[in-house]
Amino acid sequence: MLKQIEGSQGVAQAVALCRPEVICAYPISPQTHIVEALGTMCRKGELKDCEYLNVESEFSAMSGVIGASVAGARTYTATASQGLLYMVEAVYNASGLGLPIVMTVANRAIGAPINIWNDHSDSMSQRDSGWLQIYAETNQEAADMHIQAFRIAEELSLPVMVCMDGFILTHAVERIDVPTQEQVDAFLPPYDPRQVLDPDNPVSIGAMVGPEAFTEVRYLAHLKHLQALELIPQVCTEFEKIFGRASGGLVSQYRCEDAEIRVVAMGSCLGTIKDVVDEMREKGIRIGVVGLKCFRPFPVQAMKQALEGAKQVIVVERTLAVGSGGVLNRDVMVASRDLGILPKCVIAGLGGRAITKASLHKTFAEAVAGKLGSLTFMDLDMDLVERQLAREKAARRTGPLPEAMMRDAHRDDAGEIL
Amino acid sequence: MQETQVRFYQTGTFTVGNRLLNPGDRTVQSSSERFNSLNSGHRACQGCGEALGARYAIDAAMAATGGQVIAANATGCLEVFSTPYPESAWRLPWFHSLFGNTAAVAGGMAAAMQVKAAKSGRPAPRIIAMGGDGGTTDIGFGCLSGMFDRNDDVLYICFDNQAYMNTGVQRSSQTPPAARTATTMPTAGHPGNTFSQGKNVPLIAMAHGIPYVATATVADLHDLERKVDYAMNFHGARYIHILVPCPLGWGVASNKTVEMARLAQQTGFFPVFEAEYGEVTKVSKIRRKEPIEKFLMPQKRYAHLFNKKAPQPEIIQRLQAMADRNIVKFGLLEGTEPDPVPPSEQGVERALKI
Amino acid sequence: MYQIRIHGRGGQGVVTAAEMLSVAAFTEGHWAQAFPSFGSERTGAPVVAFARIDDKEIRLREPIQEPDVVLVQDKTLLESVDVFSGIRPDGYVLINSSVSPEEMGLGDLVDRLPPGHVMTVPGTKFAIDFIGRPLPGAAMLAGFAAMTGGLKLENVQAAYSARYGGKVAQANAAVAQAAYDYIIKAKAAR
Repeated sequence: MLKQIEGSQGVAQAVALCRPEVICAYPISPQTHIVEALGTMCRKGELKDCEYLNVESEFSAMSGVIGASVAGARTYTATASQGLLYMVEAVYNASGLGLPIVMTVANRAIGAPINIWNDHSDSMSQRDSGWLQIYAETNQEAADMHIQAFRIAEELSLPVMVCMDGFILTHAVERIDVPTQEQVDAFLPPYDPRQVLDPDNPVSIGAMVGPEAFTEVRYLAHLKHLQALELIPQVCTEFEKIFGRASGGLVSQYRCEDAEIRVVAMGSCLGTIKDVVDEMREKGIRIGVVGLKCFRPFPVQAMKQALEGAKQVIVVERTLAVGSGGVLNRDVMVASRDLGILPKCVIAGLGGRAITKASLHKTFAEAVAGKLGSLTFMDLDMDLVERQLAREKAARRTGPLPEAMMRDAHRDDAGEIL
Repeated sequence: MQETQVRFYQTGTFTVGNRLLNPGDRTVQSSSERFNSLNSGHRACQGCGEALGARYAIDAAMAATGGQVIAANATGCLEVFSTPYPESAWRLPWFHSLFGNTAAVAGGMAAAMQVKAAKSGRPAPRIIAMGGDGGTTDIGFGCLSGMFDRNDDVLYICFDNQAYMNTGVQRSSQTPPAARTATTMPTAGHPGNTFSQGKNVPLIAMAHGIPYVATATVADLHDLERKVDYAMNFHGARYIHILVPCPLGWGVASNKTVEMARLAQQTGFFPVFEAEYGEVTKVSKIRRKEPIEKFLMPQKRYAHLFNKKAPQPEIIQRLQAMADRNIVKFGLLEGTEPDPVPPSEQGVERALKI
Repeated sequence: MYQIRIHGRGGQGVVTAAEMLSVAAFTEGHWAQAFPSFGSERTGAPVVAFARIDDKEIRLREPIQEPDVVLVQDKTLLESVDVFSGIRPDGYVLINSSVSPEEMGLGDLVDRLPPGHVMTVPGTKFAIDFIGRPLPGAAMLAGFAAMTGGLKLENVQAAYSARYGGKVAQANAAVAQAAYDYIIKAKAAR
């Protein structure tokens, strides 16, 4: 049913339709509306046969769903940023044990400095944890991806992180087609665990594994990720049959057929990029967009196919690996080097800085002119940076760096620091 | 002829005391039908108090529930020696996640069981969480408190050997004052572990108002089994804190485990009591009060107090005073009554400002 | 695409107003997007919310730099925030106030924009009258509907009814009606 609702509400309703049995959640901006909605649905009995635990930390949230999952329940949790970091030990535990937990990550920057706005540093920090990671472009896709996530997780016995841009998607009110219970039930069968704690069939789960078998256990997890590359498109196709729309998958392409320049990105900024591409196409520039939906496993072949024929590849990403550069860019490079293309990395939108049409136009124009460097920072205020460097050169006790830059960034009309 | 009242004292699993009891009064352990939840073949040290305590407790729980128990276990000695790759000594469903999250994991299990029970119409298996003092009172403390707060339907059993034994005997919040550990070495000015540190987790559990809190030792099998059995009558959060001497970490001979546990109770060093909903309901009275030296002397972790060249009688006196305060607070002698809310020993020590 | 920017202070229902606007537009069969300027809002702090309306899917996600409409729920913001920044040459402005734009010192703005494109409505007064609290959102949306014809009044009212029940919905509907009538009357008086 078509509704005009907040992204968080859409996700909550989609998750509820998946009949989760145990939800353990700890609130953190910008995920709060999702867990509040689910909590209320449980209380009101709208979400039946589901226990909702108000845990006291994210570490407990992930631990609680681990316990519930290994006891045979379909489980869900959600977090962001600092909360994701707080549960990291348990995040690796869940994937190492092969528990099909679904978790929303409402992408938010990791501090310090504390920042509640959107970028991808949180989920990116867990890209090696063994969880599958999928990134939603719109709130419709965010809702749909959660339904697909339970299916994928349970078939593979691996946990899935559904990433959606914090605030930009979670707090945006837009049109979402919320499926019916019948549709979801037709798509998602009851959870049938590969391993479960049952007094009638006692097993020990979670014991130490020594050098004799650890490599093989890890390799099997890697193999399952490669299996996911086959499974995800199948699930996507089946989803389209039942729900009537394409959502998720590995990679999407927009106006790429003859595109000399292809822009690769994930998440909500894809929408803005598509608007810019349309405007550039009107001026005759052959540019297209490759939207990456599945980041882990990284779909090397699908990405390679999407980039085939391009002359320039620009990767716009919302993460900075400090001391190194781009993150998404490096994975795209693995796909593009066989094509002889070295992608240009554009780091944008850190800590919630808006990715605007104007700035994208400027960046893509540079690419068209052949002037785009291999690593650029969109909208970087280099003057601000240089003033800080000058301060540090002039004195030792320069005080907290972020605070100094914040004050410098808020100069009054006369150019004086407030 | 006058009848002489004969009283039997429980002094061990296989002593005459058990066999002369009515079958209904015998311990679970004395029965050949006991479940043997922790089977032989595990890799615990000779004389390990934790192996003893775990087998006692889980067998009692299995007997109380007809075998319907699922266990979550923290990282630590018990987890390591019971599941040496590629074997497991556990005969019930058993799960190890991490070091500090067992209470939360168990809470999640209990929630899952509740949903499954509602759906199937069959009663849910009971959840028991187990951890050492490290995984329970320190790194696991946040999760433990959360479990108490939510009143999750879990029996949490802490096997307290009073230090992080698995990693080489480092100090925990349960390490008693003046004890030597690898991180509280006795040096000039530091007679082992600090007096004013630590926390009384049974009292903290009581302060959460949970249905049942108990302490026990491996020296009194009847008492331990009764407490586990009693706990299984409740639904909600329950906490049992069992003193389990560690021959290696305490520096005692491996055949002295039960004796040390008994001395801990009889000196007042380790009060044995029960509480419900935040108030003490019963204590195990000390039959024959023993001086603290009798408990301290056999332990190498206290050897520095008895060093002939540099003995520390003032420390021993302080430990005796601590034990005496416990006896008063908990009413551990016949004819005395416990404080309804006994204050923590650490509070007293901190107030002394010595 | 039609872009509306709403300025106010935390606690005045600015974010809700943007959402209600998007719901009303959705009811009329449009695509609509509403989102706040995200922040750790505190009551009384300046807040901005955005809404976009279009007849096809809205893919753009940036804050609205060049609004077609600016609604100002709290006139004290005029002293500290550049609420009219980027407004299009044919844009509309509606300010929550019982005095005229000229009396507010906005003569330059009135001259810049087409005639009748800068108006005021006593939204807080209507809100206090009917709701009992200074929540002028419905007044601003109804005023916008009356100024531009961009929305139907009954859809604005229906949006509040769908979100809130009973008395609150009725009160907001009354506020909307009062503001709508006020603007229609003011337009006729020109």
